[in-house]
Amino acid sequence: MGLRTPLFSEHERLGARIVPFGGWDMPLHYGSQIEEHHAVRRAAGIFDVSHMRPVDLEGSGATVFLRDLLANDVARLCSHGKALYSCMLNEQGGVVDDLIVYSRGLNRYRLVVNAGTADKDIAWMRCHGTDFEVVIAPRDDLAMLAVQGPDARTMAERLLPAAVREAAMSLQPFFAVEGDDWFVARTGYTGEDGFEIMLPGDHAARLWQALLAAGVKPCGLGARDTLRLEAGMNLYGQDMDETISPLESGLGWTIAWEPAERDFIGREALTQRRDAPDRRELVGLLLTGSGIIRNHQSVLNDGVVVGEVTSGGFSPTLERSIALARVAPGLGDTCAVEIRGKPIPARVVKPPFVRHGRICIDLKG
Amino acid sequence: MSNVPTDLKYTKSHEWVRDNADGTVTVGITDHAQEALGDIVFVEPPEAGREVDADEACAVVESVKAASDIYSPLAGEVIEANALLSDSPDAINTSPYDEGWIFRLAPSDMSALDDLLDAADYDQVVEDES
Repeated sequence: MGLRTPLFSEHERLGARIVPFGGWDMPLHYGSQIEEHHAVRRAAGIFDVSHMRPVDLEGSGATVFLRDLLANDVARLCSHGKALYSCMLNEQGGVVDDLIVYSRGLNRYRLVVNAGTADKDIAWMRCHGTDFEVVIAPRDDLAMLAVQGPDARTMAERLLPAAVREAAMSLQPFFAVEGDDWFVARTGYTGEDGFEIMLPGDHAARLWQALLAAGVKPCGLGARDTLRLEAGMNLYGQDMDETISPLESGLGWTIAWEPAERDFIGREALTQRRDAPDRRELVGLLLTGSGIIRNHQSVLNDGVVVGEVTSGGFSPTLERSIALARVAPGLGDTCAVEIRGKPIPARVVKPPFVRHGRICIDLKG
Repeated sequence: MSNVPTDLKYTKSHEWVRDNADGTVTVGITDHAQEALGDIVFVEPPEAGREVDADEACAVVESVKAASDIYSPLAGEVIEANALLSDSPDAINTSPYDEGWIFRLAPSDMSALDDLLDAADYDQVVEDES
């Protein structure tokens, strides 16, 4: 049996199919994954993401520490509440984890890391934090709900505490506000507008039930995966891991190379790979033949293997199969994916596939 | 509880078989199987004319989650695949025993049908799995 979030009994009551994920027992879907996916694209859905781990960092050395720890630069967080997406790298430039860091004022931060890597991440932070004046505090006491979709913010509005409601409704994307132990961020992992809400674990069921009563659809990890794939967002452990650099994961934009004197962990290794002629890249694929692309299938160019699918599946919005794949440089506009021994034609496209309910790629080609 | 019609035969791998009384049988997957697979989004049926062995993987059903092989319950020749499934693979979810049938087969030995599971046997298979 895995770990259970404060909402586990809510999932059971709704008849969710429960699966193990990152050490937790989590809902995969509540009936139809595709209906849940469409609800988020068209109206609003709610996800229990309490398995993800908030970690608070505070102390006079917190900013200096994070500028050493992360490939993106927290010095860019010039205003209170601003969020930044970053990779945390090892010395070889591989990705220990990807995370969001929120500024909470001078030398105060909240990081949110992945469930399956949380213990490893915290050990990594503590190991590298010994030389810095920083206190690292995992917040196991918090639950986290993501309410996502074009109607999500308005449907959540009246359920937010008065202390944050007005500020939350005027948040710009990728900003957060907090009050009364609630932390409300206009962020997400679906390609739609919405909030990610961290709150005390014993308040979570009330918010969950109130959102359901307001007509927000409960959504599981299955829909979360197809939504993030359509949005062209990476999944840690699938699209990148400790052996793969952000440069080869479509995440070069998250590396803050300037200022040149900032020596973050992994910088030297990344610098060597930056202009390597054989550097692989992460691309999007749209299957033009019939079938479904799956993880680890081979990408073929003129019959030669040039890469591997890192995330493949069915896109409910496009009603076609799409994928992210890591390929050798120089792949043209078309390729094939080897599905059960047969090369099935595909087009190489630039993610995202879908954002804010709209298809972003040319399906006709 | 899943629906297990008593007039059909079954396999341990969750296919059902209907005797059409014309020398052919129709094959699909059970209500329990479709429920376990989740939303079905693609079906690769066997080609008509293909000779298959009993227990040979001859079709693939893909859900949002994963691809699953479908095994022929009997040896014989594939007569027809369900053309509806190319546009509406979700017919397997909504109507697993009727509109969601997968292929028709002319068994080389119709008496082998008697060796398959009946509804009560299949109920037990499902119960043992859960």
